[in-house]
Amino acid sequence: MSEQRTRPTTNVDDPILRAENLRKRFGGIVAVDGASFEVERGSITGLIGPNGAGKSTTFNLITGVYRPDGGSVVFDGGDVTGHSPERIANQGLVRTFQIARELPEMTVLENMMLGPQNQLGESIWRSVTPVVRNEVIQEEKQLRERAWETLELFEIDHLAEEYASSLSGGQRKLLELARALLTDPDMLLLDEPMAGVNPSLEKKLLERIHDLQDEGYSFLLVEHDMDVIMNHCERVIVMHQGELLAEGLPAEIQGDEAVIEAYLGGDV
Amino acid sequence: MSERTIDTDRWKGDLLLLAKIVAATYVGFASLGLVTGVPINEVAGFLVTVTFFAASFALVTLALNLHWGYTGLFNIGVAGFMAIGVYTMAVLTASPDASPAGLGLPIPVGVVAGVLVAALVGAVIALPALRVRSDYFAIITLGFSEIVRLSITSGTLREIEVGDRVYGTGGGSGIGYTPVDSVIPWLFDRPGIGLLGDLLYGIGGLVGITTSIINRLLYALVIIAFVVAVYALLQRLAYSPFGRVLKAIREDEVAARSLGKNTKYAKIKVFALGCGLMGLAGILWMGSRSLVTPESFMPVVTFYIFVALIVGGSGSNTGSIVGGFVFAAFLWEGPRFLRTIARANLDTRSPPTIYDAALELAAFDVMPLVGYFIGSLDEFRWILIGVALVLLMVYRPEGLLGDRKEIAAATDLSQRQGGESDE
Ligand SMILES: Nc1ncnc2c1ncn2[C@@H]1O[C@H](COP(=O)(O)OP(=O)(O)OP(=O)(O)O)[C@@H](O)[C@H]1O
Ligand SMILES: [Mg+2]
Repeated sequence: MSEQRTRPTTNVDDPILRAENLRKRFGGIVAVDGASFEVERGSITGLIGPNGAGKSTTFNLITGVYRPDGGSVVFDGGDVTGHSPERIANQGLVRTFQIARELPEMTVLENMMLGPQNQLGESIWRSVTPVVRNEVIQEEKQLRERAWETLELFEIDHLAEEYASSLSGGQRKLLELARALLTDPDMLLLDEPMAGVNPSLEKKLLERIHDLQDEGYSFLLVEHDMDVIMNHCERVIVMHQGELLAEGLPAEIQGDEAVIEAYLGGDV
Repeated sequence: MSERTIDTDRWKGDLLLLAKIVAATYVGFASLGLVTGVPINEVAGFLVTVTFFAASFALVTLALNLHWGYTGLFNIGVAGFMAIGVYTMAVLTASPDASPAGLGLPIPVGVVAGVLVAALVGAVIALPALRVRSDYFAIITLGFSEIVRLSITSGTLREIEVGDRVYGTGGGSGIGYTPVDSVIPWLFDRPGIGLLGDLLYGIGGLVGITTSIINRLLYALVIIAFVVAVYALLQRLAYSPFGRVLKAIREDEVAARSLGKNTKYAKIKVFALGCGLMGLAGILWMGSRSLVTPESFMPVVTFYIFVALIVGGSGSNTGSIVGGFVFAAFLWEGPRFLRTIARANLDTRSPPTIYDAALELAAFDVMPLVGYFIGSLDEFRWILIGVALVLLMVYRPEGLLGDRKEIAAATDLSQRQGGESDE
């Protein structure tokens, strides 16, 4: 990648997300073992680590999909430890999954229309009461417009009326990311968003992520592609066997011996 | 704004489709009956019975579709919620002098209370039950429905003495009360409407149809009115953001929650609503007899409703009505009509066992075999349902209308204001 858009920051001054001493065990396996880290507001932060390091589990702990056995999560100044996923999402912390969770027997557009928060028509009585329903219909038309625009941005608008189950793996990841954007989040946790996405679209996606960053969004990104991490993240957090191994600027991480030992192997 | 209103368009099309199916079935049965010499009164009686069951099944199937078809809540305790509706109504409206005694309240009060109690019980069950995994949820609902039925039958609730009156469920012998279909004779006792009644009875008399059949027809129309109202309600729900959340729960609840949808709340609401509708269906269907007993609420009733839903197409409200109708006409009442025809035309004495029938078949007499089948029709209905399900699973697993894309949105998503689509 030619473009270097990273802003050098060694320390986190204004954290939007803080995980402290997170712990999760599954039977005999300690998946996350006291991980603590912070994510700078408005940054793109990378979360890396070998397979099984506990990255996805950490995402699940932060977003309420799993309840942590110990530790705390603070988002935007408020403690969200153990809150329900919907509550956390409503506060503006939205995630995507490593294996895309599209809603298969719903069309791509229907999937997209689920994104926007607090829709009028999510109340039964507004949806069924004759005159009041007109407001719902009006809102639906506005949301529909946003849904189409976002689909165009992600270049899957030609699939808008297909069932999500008929999408390819890469297209599903795109759909999930597009849908997450419609929730109007403050921060996005993306679990390998580029996996299975073709290189030219990957480039566009990264551009888009930078655009969103300029608009004030924050990102925490799990990614195995070192080029992406090195060229697009301001800070990198490294996990290994459930623990935090290192954190810092991409360049620092690249030179960290423990990281090379555990993760980069020796090919750097 | 030139955008077509999606609601009206679709409803018209669906109504037409339904009308075609119903008309074809009725014309088919009626001509079959008349050609084979079944008296007109019996043909009319049969069609009215089909209409009654079709409307009743359609109503429960709509409610189940809300649970299972839309939200993916595997409720196999449908019969229990119907029982709660009917028994609540029976206890509230039965005469205080009867045995067991009731409260003697007016029927409309009983109906509304039956629906509300069924919905309330649904909400109470949902609170703990929806916390468990979906397969356990199914077991809980089945267990609940059996608990309801066995409690009604049990000696403890059979007779409850309060003062000098004996209340209770009446155990196995049930509760007697004024049936809800007494609304028709009641209406015809009113001054103005009475004339209409006389007119209808008069027309019936001319073509040879008894007043009781006319009463039953009119009551079936009352249920149909409820079906229309419930259908309109559920269609609005289905084509709304709320319906979208329900579908998302069915597809992947974790994904829905991660998008900020309060799925727990939605599930409780929808479960209570569906249970209330099941109570309503129970009242209109089984409450139209003057006696309610626990046998009406065996788990097999739930099974029937599932068959109707699967036949029609799970996830489609129109499909639920079609399924209810097809089930009532072809699997439920149809075989009985064939028996009527056979009895009117053939010498169908029924030999005691199929072995005896086979023996006579060896003597080139097929009639005893036919007679045997006709005589054991209720058992063969089971085989028929089984065969129908197998054929459906092979040739049309998504049900008659289940392959339709019914988009959960309050507006046509494919149209855009500023976009390239036609405006
Ligand atoms: N639901 C679960 N039940 C049991 N063990 C689990 C579960 N989820 C994760 N684990 C275990 O926790 C450890 C960490 O898994 P996790 O998915 O967080 O790794 P990861 O860093 O995301 O790996 P990858 O890069 O392969 O996605 C693994 O050993 C895994 O087997
Ligand atoms: Mg992972």
